[in-house]
Amino acid sequence: MEVLNEMTIDFWSKSQNEAFARVVVAAFASQLNPTLDELADIKTAVSEAVTNCIIHGYENETGIIRIKSILRENEIEIWVQDWGKGIEDIEKARQPLWTSKPELDRSGMGFTIMENFMDRVEVESSPGKGTIVKMYKTIKNKK
Amino acid sequence: MGVTFKVYNDFLIVNLKGELDHHMARMVSEKLDEYLMRQSFKKILFNFKQVNFMDSSGVGMLIGRYKALQKIGGKVGAINVGKQVARIFEISGLFNIIPCFNDEIEASEKM
Ligand SMILES: Nc1ncnc2c1ncn2[C@@H]1O[C@H](COP(=O)(O)OP(=O)(O)OP(=O)(O)O)[C@@H](O)[C@H]1O
Ligand SMILES: [Mg+2]
Repeated sequence: MEVLNEMTIDFWSKSQNEAFARVVVAAFASQLNPTLDELADIKTAVSEAVTNCIIHGYENETGIIRIKSILRENEIEIWVQDWGKGIEDIEKARQPLWTSKPELDRSGMGFTIMENFMDRVEVESSPGKGTIVKMYKTIKNKK
Repeated sequence: MGVTFKVYNDFLIVNLKGELDHHMARMVSEKLDEYLMRQSFKKILFNFKQVNFMDSSGVGMLIGRYKALQKIGGKVGAINVGKQVARIFEISGLFNIIPCFNDEIEASEKM
């Protein structure tokens, strides 16, 4: 599928940037003319991935988070990347209700929500190096 | 973004305003702890009227409150839950532990 547009942004792992990241990706996705529901889905998934970089990847230290997004005819692809702690066991991490930080009021639902709100979610990670979450969603609203 | 409190009968109503993500959930938790330090309540009602976005950080905060109140025989409820927030409630199973009502009047009758 032909690439229509692409963008990359880097920002600090500050919790204020969770809202910033949602808005930026939603504004970029708007070029595909999504429905409000599709936009809400994208915002939610981005929020989960970015929050994970801040809380788990960098454990509230300052680091860089990168979001890359690619627009195709009727699909958006979103990468959310950190160079933090990494994930030891990806399969376990993706299971509903599993969290490594129960003491922090985490519910272990982040990946489950990403999978529910996007069509496809891929996770690449290595301990000590960092994590990339790649998410894909078909945008159906083509007039 | 903000949180205000209102006492209604034996309920503490927590009026949320903004997008309930990790950033806001942390702020709400702090403010709520401060409030509960001065006066304790067994029934807490989160008002989502001015919330059109929530993610798993909101889920964690609500489950945390639910567990804390369960220990003292209390209850947590929610009112004015909108569409996006309702989907998160559904996926995360929150609907099973946190009852949702139209408003505080219905909540005070049923909770
Ligand atoms: N970017 C990341 N870097 C390191 N570990 C991560 C990252 N993202 C997720 N994880 C690991 O995967 C686990 C599951 O993530 P998930 O988002 O599903 O739940 P959570 O963040 O723990 O809780 P919730 O999202 O419900 O607040 C985390 O507890 C953490 O151990
Ligand atoms: Mg998470």
